[in-house]
Amino acid sequence: MYIPEYHAKEILARYGVTVPAGGIARSVTEAEDRARALSSERFAVKAQILAGGRGAAGGVVMAPTPSAVGEAAARLLGARLVTAQTGADGETVERVYVEEAVDSAANLYLAFVIDPSAARPMLLGSTRGGVDFERDAQADPSIVNTLHLGHDGAADDAAMSGFLDGLEVPAPARDAVRTLIDATIRAALRNDALFVEINPLILTPDNRAVAVDAKMILDDSALFRHPEFESTAREAVRDDYERIARENDLNFVRLDGNIGVVVNGAGLGLATNDMIADAGGRPANFMDIRTTATSFQIARGVELLLSDPGVKVLLVNVHGGGMTVCDTVAEALNFAYSRSDRKVPVVFRAAGQSADWARSIMKDRRLPHETAPTMRAAAARAVAIASGKGA
Amino acid sequence: MAILIDADTRVIVQGMTGRAGTFYTDLAMRYGTECVGGVRPGKGGTTHIGLPVFNTVAEARDATGANASLILVPPHRAADAMIEAIEAGIGVLVCVTERVPVLDMLRVKAALDGSESVLVGPNSQGVLSPGLCKIGVMSTRDATPGPVGVVSRSASLTSEVVAQTSALGLGQSTTIGIGGDPVHGLGFADALRMFRDDADTRAVVLIGEIGGTEEEAAAEYLAGSDYGKPVIALVVGRHAPAERRMGHAGTLAMLGARSAAQKAQKLADAGVLLAEDADAVAPLVKKALAGD
Repeated sequence: MYIPEYHAKEILARYGVTVPAGGIARSVTEAEDRARALSSERFAVKAQILAGGRGAAGGVVMAPTPSAVGEAAARLLGARLVTAQTGADGETVERVYVEEAVDSAANLYLAFVIDPSAARPMLLGSTRGGVDFERDAQADPSIVNTLHLGHDGAADDAAMSGFLDGLEVPAPARDAVRTLIDATIRAALRNDALFVEINPLILTPDNRAVAVDAKMILDDSALFRHPEFESTAREAVRDDYERIARENDLNFVRLDGNIGVVVNGAGLGLATNDMIADAGGRPANFMDIRTTATSFQIARGVELLLSDPGVKVLLVNVHGGGMTVCDTVAEALNFAYSRSDRKVPVVFRAAGQSADWARSIMKDRRLPHETAPTMRAAAARAVAIASGKGA
Repeated sequence: MAILIDADTRVIVQGMTGRAGTFYTDLAMRYGTECVGGVRPGKGGTTHIGLPVFNTVAEARDATGANASLILVPPHRAADAMIEAIEAGIGVLVCVTERVPVLDMLRVKAALDGSESVLVGPNSQGVLSPGLCKIGVMSTRDATPGPVGVVSRSASLTSEVVAQTSALGLGQSTTIGIGGDPVHGLGFADALRMFRDDADTRAVVLIGEIGGTEEEAAAEYLAGSDYGKPVIALVVGRHAPAERRMGHAGTLAMLGARSAAQKAQKLADAGVLLAEDADAVAPLVKKALAGD
């Protein structure tokens, strides 16, 4: 779950990370009031969206006066911001964060991540913090220093000292940076964060270490022990399709094609979408029916696809086994089609447990479908129907 | 013959008295798995579906001689269940539980360090040595004993490959789901090493996907070893959109995660035969074994 800047800073500040004074605003007046309440000579107005890459996309505006803050807020609020991480549609700015601008002697980069192969947390640090960090780091990974922590987040003093050397932290600022790093690790571990990024981590001319921008990604699997994030979790799912799917034990990602895909299992889902693309088609979604999903829940997923006018055909690819058996999916299709006026053709491919039974359900209930013997044949038929060459 | 588990494996089930535990323990016994007991704190001394229930793994081990455990406990207790089994010296742990918190898995991995236990999972369909032993939740309908080892990140594609290879008259020695979670136990390279040392495995199928670095680790291992058996790989997610919203695409790249195409290329460079899609796996195995 992605935690936007203002919330990430709130969390980090609770553990002792220094952040600039500031606050959230939903309107121009609110933004100006925020600025007036800050004792600062310069302000930053920052669009709050659920993605990074804002700086380079014009989502962060520096303003010299409270009225200039208002003007910047007027431009940002309600606008669609397209960044390298939002996708082509961008995201509408509903909130801005107004904060004091911080004088910078050095712009560093700091991140807490989990290194899966070492099964340990790891710090990433660089002297090249700022909006171009991602690009620079991809071009030249050697600008990033790493430090593995113990599995419980413990840091070895000597190793940490080396890490600070790599960040070229001047002696008078070392204690401040070390304090910020320790607080960041504590915040990450206590909140089940998989990723905390502070970019830039600014060293001020008077040797303070300030987290000027921050984002966090929390582990969705650990939300059960963080009831305080429940409302954040609800806000984080912006797409109604994905929300309804999630409530029904389906993993569902909307894509931009015209072939609706109903599949059990993430691997089979990826494999099916690969085959559609290989056959020259475009999937409308990625779906993975979780093993615990009932036929009623799967039917909700099918209804989502039927409600999308762009979907021309459904490709159903199920491998029965474990708990999800093929007839559960056939029953779900039957249920969804009986409740929908829109009945797009189905290409049905089933294998494994109850495949024969599932095919007989499709036939007996007179669902508009054809069966296919292999996945490749099913994909080819779906692509032909979607492109109008089917019948 | 098989790796990890065989006819002599004695299995306890942690979480046996729950709904899933009851269902899958029953199925495993019907398949012929030697299930010797279950663990459920507070229910020690009772019996469930004909098996003795113990309060702790250590008690179950002492009373039954168990050397493997199937872990089917809810996510918030899964890490402690795994650590308990490791501390009790159980040889093979299979954790099916989905959505175990990542930080909990760091604790589990620390407990595994220096132990003799092998962990498969979490979020794994399990391990199956057809005709000998099943520890997991996979379908056994299409599985047949034979020469093909399968190691996979996907339960559904494992079922596909099992059905496809069986249909061509090629059975499986052992199938292993390493699980879909970022921090997990046994990896592709570990499984490949075990399959190499198993005389009855004559070819290995590896089923990978986008994300993580398992495929890269497998490629590195194969490139540096004289493997001696054909390895056939399918890597899915070639056309999956780049991860959206995640503010760490660059960071992931720094940690070494590559696209499906890049993973496939690394495997091909290490001498692996690449299946162009999910329908192409079994024919490729058959061809590789015919020329063997």
